[in-house]
Amino acid sequence: MWQFFHKLGSPKWFFGIANRFMPWLLAGGLILLVAGLVWGLAFAPKDYLQGNSYRIIFIHVPSAFLAQSIYIMMASAAVVTLVWRMKLADVFVKSVAPVGLLFTFLALFTGAVWGKPTWGTWWVWDARLTSMLILLFLYGGVIALDRSINDEKSAARAVAVLVLVGVVNIPIIKYSVNWWNTLHQPATFKLTEKPAMAMEMWVPLLLSVLGLYLLFGWLACLRMKTEILVRERRTRWVKELVLAGRK
Amino acid sequence: MAFESFSAFLAMEGHGPYVWTCYAVFVILVAGTVFWSAKRHQATYHMCKRGYEQENPKGQNVPKAAATFTRVEISQD
Amino acid sequence: MHPIRKKRLTILIFLVAGLAVAVGLTTYALRQNINLFYDPTEIAAGNAPVDVRIRAGGMVEEGSVKRDPESLSVRFRVTNFTDSVSVEYVGILPDLFAEGQGVVAMGRLNNDGLFVADQVLAKHDENYMPPEVADALEKSSKGQHKSPYADKAAESQAY
Repeated sequence: MWQFFHKLGSPKWFFGIANRFMPWLLAGGLILLVAGLVWGLAFAPKDYLQGNSYRIIFIHVPSAFLAQSIYIMMASAAVVTLVWRMKLADVFVKSVAPVGLLFTFLALFTGAVWGKPTWGTWWVWDARLTSMLILLFLYGGVIALDRSINDEKSAARAVAVLVLVGVVNIPIIKYSVNWWNTLHQPATFKLTEKPAMAMEMWVPLLLSVLGLYLLFGWLACLRMKTEILVRERRTRWVKELVLAGRK
Repeated sequence: MAFESFSAFLAMEGHGPYVWTCYAVFVILVAGTVFWSAKRHQATYHMCKRGYEQENPKGQNVPKAAATFTRVEISQD
Repeated sequence: MHPIRKKRLTILIFLVAGLAVAVGLTTYALRQNINLFYDPTEIAAGNAPVDVRIRAGGMVEEGSVKRDPESLSVRFRVTNFTDSVSVEYVGILPDLFAEGQGVVAMGRLNNDGLFVADQVLAKHDENYMPPEVADALEKSSKGQHKSPYADKAAESQAY
């Protein structure tokens, strides 16, 4: 079992696996995302209370899901960096942090635009919105810290510690709507219980969530490959790979 | 279709500006990230390739062995 | 597992656990400030300060909305089905404002227990459904058009 785990840490092995899965991730992600969004925008019925403004949910919820999932994945990778000193884990953290920042921003932005017609305000300092804003700053902090340290190894460790410290924010985001009084309503899209949504709205939401996850998988592979090329360009296997014309 | 006409689809009963702003920003930023990441990968790849080709201009595919071989030849001169 | 790695892992687990406890205690101590609004029970019990800008949240009581025909002034009662508080507001209400819907009002509580609001926000729950389904549910439950999926929404945090 440990042998397989250590093989996971090999950049060369990763390059091969990524090349094999990437076309599938891209095609599946785009098909599911486009299907989910078109269905949600044009074919799903309007909501009895909010009318058509609720259609923002089809991008708001997937973005918010990914913003939190990416952070959890980064935290797991940070444990691997600190305990096993695996280079690939650090490559992952460095490659996906900007993507996490993007989705956190999108969740906050779409939430604000959605809040105006439904709640009557763009922003309110409730626990859900504030903890999500802290997540945005955490992503920004991770990126800035990584850029400010030149030595690759020290940067990897400092970033891993920061990511782990920030992980306590994740349960706060998730349970803020249950623990405290907030303007934000509790979760609609639940995996463990019956969703609080009509099926003809829930299925397109599920499609766009899955689609965005797959698209993220593709994006993560691509960005990790770029980072590996930069870091390992002096090694023989990268030289052979590049000269053989394999991207 | 949940809408009677295309103009009703765009108007979304008055919520159009909110909905379309969100979708536009989402599509632009996600597509932009995908495009920019792909472009950066291409650029990095070509930079590596140029670097290797400068190291051994003949473009031989077995880098290390070729390098040793050349050096041996030169030293014999 | 290598003993050094085991040691590092243990340190990390203690680090994160210690941090979680610290953050947990802090947020517990600050819970009154993290709560966005006071619910009617807290206001009735006198826990909310008088003449300080606070928020009050709950459901708009059925049949309690009285609009002044001359101006934009409106009076209604906010309830959590145990206690309720009277709210006075002058201004445009959000589209989603209706009897039986959730609201969060910002303003001051005066000495007579009247909440004078300067901002009213609508709070909706996590249920989404097509209008026809909502109509059908409303008919079957006689005007209880709120939270047709489960009653828990009305009782707990959902308003």
